[in-house]
Amino acid sequence: MKANYGYMDGSGEYYITIDTDHCIECAHHGCLDGCPKGMFEIITDDYDDEVAQIKEEFRKKIKYDCADCKPVKDRPPLPCQEACTPGAIEHSW
Amino acid sequence: MITAGIDMGAKNIRVLILKDGEVIARAEHTAGFETEESARAAFAKALEQAGVTEDRIDKIVATGAGRESAPLATESVTDVGAAARGAKEVLPQAHTIIDVGAEEGRAIKTDGNGKVMDFAVNEKCAAGAGSFTEAMSRALEVPLEEFGTLSLKSTTSTPMNAQCAVFAESEVVSLLHAKTPKKDIARAVHDAIADRIISMVRRVGIEPEVALIGAVSRNPGFVDSLKRGLERDVFIPDDAEYIGALGAALVAVDG
Amino acid sequence: MAEREFWRWKEYNWHDENIDWKGCDTITAGVDVGSVSSQAVIMVDGKLYAFASTRTGSDSPQSAQKVMDWALENTGMNLDDIHYKVGTGYGRVNVPFADKAITEIACHARGGNFMYGNTVRTILDMGGQDCKAIHCDERGKVTNFLMNDKCAAGTGRGMEVFADLLAVPIEDIGELSFDVEKEPPPVSSTCVVFAKSEASGLLRKGWPKNKVIAAYCNAMAHRVVTLLERIGVEKDFAITGGIGKNIGVVKRIEDELGIEALKADGDTQTAGAVGAALFGKALLEKSRKS
Ligand code: SF4
Ligand code: SF4
Repeated sequence: MKANYGYMDGSGEYYITIDTDHCIECAHHGCLDGCPKGMFEIITDDYDDEVAQIKEEFRKKIKYDCADCKPVKDRPPLPCQEACTPGAIEHSW
Repeated sequence: MITAGIDMGAKNIRVLILKDGEVIARAEHTAGFETEESARAAFAKALEQAGVTEDRIDKIVATGAGRESAPLATESVTDVGAAARGAKEVLPQAHTIIDVGAEEGRAIKTDGNGKVMDFAVNEKCAAGAGSFTEAMSRALEVPLEEFGTLSLKSTTSTPMNAQCAVFAESEVVSLLHAKTPKKDIARAVHDAIADRIISMVRRVGIEPEVALIGAVSRNPGFVDSLKRGLERDVFIPDDAEYIGALGAALVAVDG
Repeated sequence: MAEREFWRWKEYNWHDENIDWKGCDTITAGVDVGSVSSQAVIMVDGKLYAFASTRTGSDSPQSAQKVMDWALENTGMNLDDIHYKVGTGYGRVNVPFADKAITEIACHARGGNFMYGNTVRTILDMGGQDCKAIHCDERGKVTNFLMNDKCAAGTGRGMEVFADLLAVPIEDIGELSFDVEKEPPPVSSTCVVFAKSEASGLLRKGWPKNKVIAAYCNAMAHRVVTLLERIGVEKDFAITGGIGKNIGVVKRIEDELGIEALKADGDTQTAGAVGAALFGKALLEKSRKS
């Protein structure tokens, strides 16, 4: 399943997409420690799979919470994406 | 040489006239729905103040969201460009400029010569600009002028969940029902908007000297929350809301 | 300031008199506690037996109890007769009598699959305070989803702000929006706050109310279509939720997408609760087997 967490408002679209099919196979869940803000958590979803999700309290403000990882110029690779070896994480902005 | 800058903001239109580097007039008019007429009205007011006639003005440059529809102006400069140019004139030591108006927030990093290195803009969402504070002061039924000072009286921070001006209005009303003092709600509102502005500032990088310009710099509650969040002082120039118009008038001088 | 009613769809309950639940093998319930309205559904042996819809009060557990009691009204059934109860929606963890909580996304997909048939692949749910877009497979399992509950644009709440501004009952907006000579261009601001001042400007310019309403319905439809485009629209396509009843928005979404939405018998607002009751049935059967 592709799970899109985030939002769209007048200023733009801010979604983090997690392809949870990758999570099911993933052994070490690098996202948990990879994100400096601790935005990820592993849960058992409605279909009994162990997958990553963005914690509820971040979902309405990821544009602001991810700002530190996204300088205007010379953006380095995102820590969450680097930590996720199966490549499950994508950002829309 | 006499030049003029017209800042066509979403809420207010501001005109500033420069004569040989000296400000000789500044005037404003609410933008309303007929922005061209409002711009002419603001311009006429400024001319009267300066005691000059229109034909004495060598060049007029427009800036602001509505700069393309500015009457009289022969050229235009972006908000970012105008803010950077204006700020260089009044606060040359500030390399990070925060500009918060009614409908937009901006963070700009300059090289110290008025040249823009990076910038980030928050626009088209009322939650990231002055309109947010206005909507909340309305919901609380506190006049906007008192809203900022009210916030200064609070000593506790109350988190707000809603990130949207519309949903925040209901949140503010339920905080009120829950007997949260108005001063604490005012502070929560200013903290929330300052946080959003700060995250944008961090994207361009914070240089030691920070300038705050734009109309929202007149709100002491916001300024207080901003300083606390940034953990540093910010410089607010005189006539902070005219820095855009000043920048445009200077661009006219620069040619 | 008086408490405002954000969404004023009618409260009601219903049950199927032709079903004798006493002889049934599986009795399950789904309770969907949304931010604005709550629904409860009772299913017996996989068939819809009873449901109720009410406004959500300030207290979620109470609202859950109230809507459940109402669904049970005149059925002769008691809460204890129900074998498995599932809570869903924004207040799902606050349903005191629920055996399990399941997300509204999963329940919506499952309920949509039941109500619209297993050919439905895209479900758009437009609620009072949020908007969801869901892709699901032929078993009603979610394959892709997104939600927008941060921004009031594109939600019932955004529409409510407009209804208030224009002093028009919200139920009439859909009809009125078609009473224009020519479809006006959409209101250009997405943000509800800015769109509201834009609309005031249009009224001052002399636009008739209906034209402003049409321009806003148009903007809202466009907004929702943009959201849908993130996950893409595959046929069959269904629209559920409170705004799903606003034909002014629905018709414009269909036009912009060039796809007609499926029509369901029954109230589309109950899709989440139906899905929850179906999850309940599956979980019950699983627990009986083991
Ligand atoms: S961009 Fe940074 S803050 Fe955002 S999710 Fe990734 S690691 Fe976390
Ligand atoms: S409706 Fe709310 S979140 Fe949406 S753009 Fe406006 S203020 Fe921002």
